Amino acid sequence: MSEILLDVQDLNVSFPSQRGTTKAVRNASFTLGRERLGIVGESGSGKSTMGRAILGLTPSPGIVTAKKITFNGENLLGRSEADWQLLRGRRMTMVMQDPKYSLNPVMKIGHQIGETCRLNLGVTGQEAQRRSLAMLDAVKIRDPDRVYNLYPHELSGGMGQRAMIAMMLVAEPDLLIADEPTSALDVTVQNEVLRILDALVRDRGMGLIFISHNLTVVSSFCDRILVMYGGKILEECKAKELHHAKHPYTQALIAAAPSLYERRAELATVVRNPEWLK
Amino acid sequence: MIDVENLNVTFKSGNALMHAVRDVSFFVEEGETFGIVGESGSGKSSVLRAIAGLIESTHSKLSINGKPTSARQARENSRLMQMVFQDPYGSLHPRHTVDSILREALIIHSIDNQDKCILKAIADVGLGVEHRYRYPHQLSGGQRQRVAIARALILSPPILLLDEPTSALDVSVQAEILNLLGRLRESYSLTNILVSHDLAVVAHLCSRIAVMQFGRIVEVISAEDLRRGKTKEAYTAELIFASRGFSRVS
Ligand SMILES: Nc1ncnc2c1ncn2[C@@H]1O[C@H](COP(=O)(O)OP(=O)(O)OP(=O)(O)O)[C@@H](O)[C@H]1O
Ligand SMILES: Nc1ncnc2c1ncn2[C@@H]1O[C@H](COP(=O)(O)OP(=O)(O)OP(=O)(O)O)[C@@H](O)[C@H]1O
Ligand SMILES: [Mg+2]
Ligand SMILES: [Mg+2]
Repeated sequence: MSEILLDVQDLNVSFPSQRGTTKAVRNASFTLGRERLGIVGESGSGKSTMGRAILGLTPSPGIVTAKKITFNGENLLGRSEADWQLLRGRRMTMVMQDPKYSLNPVMKIGHQIGETCRLNLGVTGQEAQRRSLAMLDAVKIRDPDRVYNLYPHELSGGMGQRAMIAMMLVAEPDLLIADEPTSALDVTVQNEVLRILDALVRDRGMGLIFISHNLTVVSSFCDRILVMYGGKILEECKAKELHHAKHPYTQALIAAAPSLYERRAELATVVRNPEWLK
Repeated sequence: MIDVENLNVTFKSGNALMHAVRDVSFFVEEGETFGIVGESGSGKSSVLRAIAGLIESTHSKLSINGKPTSARQARENSRLMQMVFQDPYGSLHPRHTVDSILREALIIHSIDNQDKCILKAIADVGLGVEHRYRYPHQLSGGQRQRVAIARALILSPPILLLDEPTSALDVSVQAEILNLLGRLRESYSLTNILVSHDLAVVAHLCSRIAVMQFGRIVEVISAEDLRRGKTKEAYTAELIFASRGFSRVS
């Protein structure tokens, strides 16, 4: 934890348009060690935008400014696309929120994973295939040999998500930003995938940013949690202490979750307060 | 209302055959919300797509209000039931704005007061007027999912097939959507089939829940029994255990 892998200070991302500017991320600052950092928060609060900005993937016409973004002490601001190509994949990567959109629709799953392997690890065809199959198996795909030869549209939602995770992990990154990586998985498979991520952090010292809406998962799996609202980081807490969070938004979030054990007629909703963005 | 008997779905890719749904049968009453949970890849989405008539299936019965689904016209079907797809990105036209995505169904069914309908649909799912003229790629994941829900609701169909409708939503927006679905069920006895991985969500909204594994329904359990852990199948008990969260000791 003491070693800082990623240092982000005063990150701002905005999207200008004729109808006015959307400020998607506002003055966000945080650091990440070789740990599991959870990010939770309202839909549209800037979680994915923040992840993309760190990896230099902000789509145009988005504008990114920051006082500082460093990765292993190296400055990430103002890099050229060629520079980014060297950094992304092997050293830092992201599992995107919409797996089917991020996978290449006309290329078989196995080839896509194998390609990542060859490009990032320099292994040959057969070794790439072996590793791809092993990775599909590791993410609990039932029949890796069949799925290896399928196209993205032939996968179920959760299989696409796991193919995407396999593709990112096979490159053995030092930093992984996982954006809702388990939202399409049943709970038993979800826990298996979390176990893999957990081992990578523990054994290989990978830094993990884990974006999720599932408060049970985030509080049981992560070390620390950032809570976002309207582009701002509202509060930070230890994962185990999420249920004692101080900010009224976080408290309202916890109250809004349905419970398996207790029956409620209506779920509590959040009364949003403009003061939170001041 | 929805009557499914011995439903089977097979897919062919290359020369491999995949038997994705095996002899699935269930009945959903009018005004009921029926849940489906189960392993990833077990055939849940395929069941919904077969009911919606989007994929080929074989069955001894597949009818709605006593009438075989295949006997209906596509237009009649879209008035009767709407589906919210698991993957909102794939189901929203990338070059259409939210406004035109929502307007499309209104035009097909020649519905009046289109602007008013659109504004209401946007507000119902917790989006703002600022989102009305955006394209799907200019929205967050959860905002896209809400556009898909708004599109399904805009015609007030008697039946909704919901495939993971809140998986990309934070719990505060999810609460608003679940409350909305609950209110619609009260106000016009909307019938739902809800696929979700979140047992708390299905227990909240559904009366009965089918648990699927390997293409089959292994058990149909009441929400009460699910809450109390009164399961018949070991797999259902495993799901309940796993939904308590991640545990480092194993
Ligand atoms: N290309 C774009 N143009 C304009 N606005 C955008 C664009 N991309 C994102 N936004 C806006 O920026 C805000 C933050 O979006 P982001 O995708 O980061 O949210 P998020 O926290 O990941 O939400 P979710 O949980 O729903 O995925 C949203 O209000 C969104 O509408
Ligand atoms: N178009 C297709 N071509 C070939 N196989 C398919 C096709 N669509 C689905 N399948 C296969 O059918 C099986 C069931 O898929 P389905 O999408 O119904 O699962 P699911 O229960 O919805 O899973 P998830 O929870 O991951 O969304 C999977 O093994 C999948 O690979
Ligand atoms: Mg997002
Ligand atoms: Mg599915």
